[in-house]
Amino acid sequence: MQINWFTVIAQVVNFLILVWLLRRFLYKPILDAIDERENKINSQLNEAEAKQAEAIKAKEEFIHKNNLFDQQKEERMNSVVNEVKETKSKLLEEARSEANILRKKLEATYKAMQESAHGEIAQMTQQEVFDIARKTLADLSTVSLEEQATLVFISKLKDLNTKEREQFIEAFNTDDQSILVQSTFVLPDLMQGNIKDTVNEILGLETTIQFQTSPNLISGIELSTSGYKVAWSIDEYLNSLENSIYKTTMEKTEVISENK
Amino acid sequence: MKLSPDQTIFWEYGFVTINLTIVTTWALILVLVIAARLITKNLKTDIHISRWQCFLEMVVTLISNQIKEVGLKNPREYIAFIGSLFLFIAFANICIIFPWYVPPTGSLSTTAALAISVFLAVPFFGIIKLGFPSYLKSYIKPTFIMLPFNIISEVSRTLALAIRLFGNVMSGGMIAGILLSVAPFVFPVIMNALGLLTGIVQAYIFSILATVYIAAAVQGIKSDEEKLTINI
Repeated sequence: MQINWFTVIAQVVNFLILVWLLRRFLYKPILDAIDERENKINSQLNEAEAKQAEAIKAKEEFIHKNNLFDQQKEERMNSVVNEVKETKSKLLEEARSEANILRKKLEATYKAMQESAHGEIAQMTQQEVFDIARKTLADLSTVSLEEQATLVFISKLKDLNTKEREQFIEAFNTDDQSILVQSTFVLPDLMQGNIKDTVNEILGLETTIQFQTSPNLISGIELSTSGYKVAWSIDEYLNSLENSIYKTTMEKTEVISENK
Repeated sequence: MKLSPDQTIFWEYGFVTINLTIVTTWALILVLVIAARLITKNLKTDIHISRWQCFLEMVVTLISNQIKEVGLKNPREYIAFIGSLFLFIAFANICIIFPWYVPPTGSLSTTAALAISVFLAVPFFGIIKLGFPSYLKSYIKPTFIMLPFNIISEVSRTLALAIRLFGNVMSGGMIAGILLSVAPFVFPVIMNALGLLTGIVQAYIFSILATVYIAAAVQGIKSDEEKLTINI
């Protein structure tokens, strides 16, 4: 267990050299690298913190904007809903009003059509009735409808009471003393002569009578002078029939309308 | 049987002797420096680093933390000395796993050299840190009467450092040699494994004591490290 002093000195020198070499090649580079990395990490952490702060700020801003947006959205939605409601009620009112107008128009048109149809039916009925009556009369007797109608008319003239006769005469005298006899058919001369004789008899003077055929009179004869009229036609019977038909039609129409 | 590698002499010229201790020390220094150079050649400062760099960083950080724990606030100033002590002793002791290898720490000359280095380093760092007068004053603390005891303490602890390391390493080698002759199988392996552990522990003790001495010198307090020395 001897100490070799040269070895001791050499080992001290060796150790000092080792210290110097390791300081140069190991500790310094390693510690520098560690420091640099720590600095890097610190700077990255700082950067991350800054970014996080920015992100938090941005998030808060976003939330604020989002809330604002939601609020505005709700307000606008409410406004739009109210507008829509108003518009809806307005449109409904307009539609209702238009529907009413249309319904009234429709009703008017329907009524017009009904009246028109009724008029046509009445016309046709009158015509048919007249034809049937004429044929029936022709078949059952030797007289024609026109002839029989003229006889009835003459009989009606003759049956005028005193007051009526006075009125007739008065009317005849107030005007230019003209008498107009209208009929739906052409009166034969014999019939014209009979009417003329009867009128002359009532008036007590010779008059001239103007004979005319008028399609408006259905199977009838009308005598007129200055507003005074004596007439006979099957209009009254036909009007009665017409009223009956009209009443029946209206009742059915009402039932259909109610069912609808 | 040679007790010390000093006795294996390769070349001698008067006082100058090149023995196995010196040659082995050179080889160890060469290997340590080349390895350090190779690893630190391409150091990266990114988060992803090589395994070797990671290993070295761990070692350096461990040493640095140990120095700091002992009480030296700025380990960067002392790591070269204390770290080199630890690495050299540890590496020299670990290499016993190689056949025919004789650790230079098994030579009293080497341990004495290392202890002398510590003996010189203590006032060196103390003077650098405190200044020459303040450092000298630390020897007469707490009273002037303590001066001789402090000086004796300085010398004795240096001696203790040298003898402790030498004794441990040399005894390990001796026991391995004796066991090899008595029971050539199994037992030497176990003793070698124990030797590795002892070697590392001795490296730790040597460097931590050196740190304590330096810390005491730097701070001007000389009580704690004495207790530590006695305990160890």
